[in-house]
Amino acid sequence: MLESSLQQLGAALRAKKISSVELTQLYLDRMARLNPRLNAYITLNPEISLAQAKAADARLAAGTAEPLTGIPVAQKDIFCAKDWLTTCGSKMLHNFVSPYDAHIISQFNNAGAVNLGKTNMDEFAMGSSNETSHYGPVKNPWDTQRVPGGSSGGTASAVAARLCAAATGTDTGGSIRQPAALCGISGLKPTYGVCSRYGMIAFASSLDQAGPMGRSAEDLALMMNVMAGFDERDSTSLQRDNEDYTRDLNKPLTGLRIGLPKEFFAEGMGSDVAKAIEAAIAEYKKLGATIVDISLPNSKLSVPVYYVLAPAEASSNLSRFDGVRYGYRAPEYGDLADMYEKSRAQGFGAEVKRRIMIGTYVLSHGYYDAYYIKAQKIRRLIAQDFVEAYKHCDVIMGPTSPSTAFKLGEKGDDPVQMYLSDIYTIAVNLAGLPGMSIPCGFGDNNMPVGLQIIGNYFDEARMLNVAHQYQLATDWHSRAPQGL
Amino acid sequence: MSLSTQDVEKVARLARLAMTGEEIETARAQLNGIFDLIAEMQAVDTSGVEPMSHSQDLSQRLREDRVTESDQRDAFQRIAPQVEAGLYLVPKVIE
Repeated sequence: MLESSLQQLGAALRAKKISSVELTQLYLDRMARLNPRLNAYITLNPEISLAQAKAADARLAAGTAEPLTGIPVAQKDIFCAKDWLTTCGSKMLHNFVSPYDAHIISQFNNAGAVNLGKTNMDEFAMGSSNETSHYGPVKNPWDTQRVPGGSSGGTASAVAARLCAAATGTDTGGSIRQPAALCGISGLKPTYGVCSRYGMIAFASSLDQAGPMGRSAEDLALMMNVMAGFDERDSTSLQRDNEDYTRDLNKPLTGLRIGLPKEFFAEGMGSDVAKAIEAAIAEYKKLGATIVDISLPNSKLSVPVYYVLAPAEASSNLSRFDGVRYGYRAPEYGDLADMYEKSRAQGFGAEVKRRIMIGTYVLSHGYYDAYYIKAQKIRRLIAQDFVEAYKHCDVIMGPTSPSTAFKLGEKGDDPVQMYLSDIYTIAVNLAGLPGMSIPCGFGDNNMPVGLQIIGNYFDEARMLNVAHQYQLATDWHSRAPQGL
Repeated sequence: MSLSTQDVEKVARLARLAMTGEEIETARAQLNGIFDLIAEMQAVDTSGVEPMSHSQDLSQRLREDRVTESDQRDAFQRIAPQVEAGLYLVPKVIE
């Protein structure tokens, strides 16, 4: 059962070969055994999970089941879920039991999926290793001395360790793709505006996007059918017709034009990663694709641009945490300003404070044009590079991350080193394009390598097709960590 | 560019973050490292380029001017640090 695809699980449930309660209990037992070692989940609530499973079994019996009805799915702890502790990885929200559901959570509830638990993450999604979580670091199931990536590290670890059938993540600068790569799973960040941000705790609103993480492209397509869609409660949600993301999975790849940006294959990428990526490209040629050399000349500026725009938006978004309406309040304080300052100083961790300070500075009087407006202008140049590139190719490929999973504590106190681990993913968020990562082999120390596939706007179905055809021809995506 | 101790203290105050002298100095070193990275932007010629706020250049969607939210005061007050008689309590602001 643990190795079954979502499609197979759905079929087994509908054929009454297993009940949702049995399937949910199977995962809960496995989580009780393995989660203490991986720390992939912050909150479990077996009572709610099993009640949802029971309701799903009733739907299955009544014949009103949908494709994901009864399937246990884990939710990143950035999504507000009614009656669930929703911490966003922060002490600031250590006691926040959400009074409402995020749109994404409602979508899964309406589909009859079982919420298996809330997964660990970097605090407020700010991090690339899951080490900034107030609830302790997550371990990579391929080697528990190593990080799972971040910020959706708990989700990536849980999917890789078979502690859920599939799960959600969010991606502001690579937070779905980089952990997917480091944990050897598949993950998709959709086009900005495709999945509603309502009830998804905001980090950088012009970049944040929810997406699915799972064991195969086919599973991601089924998840996308539940997650995508217009929601009037998110002012940047796009009004588009609903799509069936599975519709193109089985198309052949003959004639597919793959763009390889020379900037992604320059210095900086580990030789073990390069070897796996080159082998994947060779496999795509066998599947009928042709290779086009392209250039994204401004992509090298994406890290500096991102570290102006994302902290600026974060400093504004996180001003809501003031110790008045919800969350942490310092136990002792003097006047109102002192209460704010102490509550925020004690409630936020070091990385979050650092980014709030960067953002506050770049937005402050006298610096706004030099930093914020300048960064927004370069953002347009970065996006235009992609528009130009897509005149010559259908998808763009390259590495997801310059290296495989690094060791816990390895990047230590140097924030700049950590920021550079997202060098290949950030440009995609700035441009608002869809991007995904799929496993394509193993590098040094037998750690997974991820192939990044970047699509044109709203081209998710084609990207899933491109990934699925590769997964039919190879078996990297079905490898599981051993010896847990 | 290099931030002074006073710059960092001012930013901490604007951001409503209480910080000790030692924390200010650590933050100063780290922020200067990050701003060195950010400085790469300044070499780019952006004359004539329109700032991009997000990827889909759409105007703000409007809605009908009517009440759509239901009253959830009790649910929201239940999770607040300190409330009384349906109000949020904070330290006295006016003497």
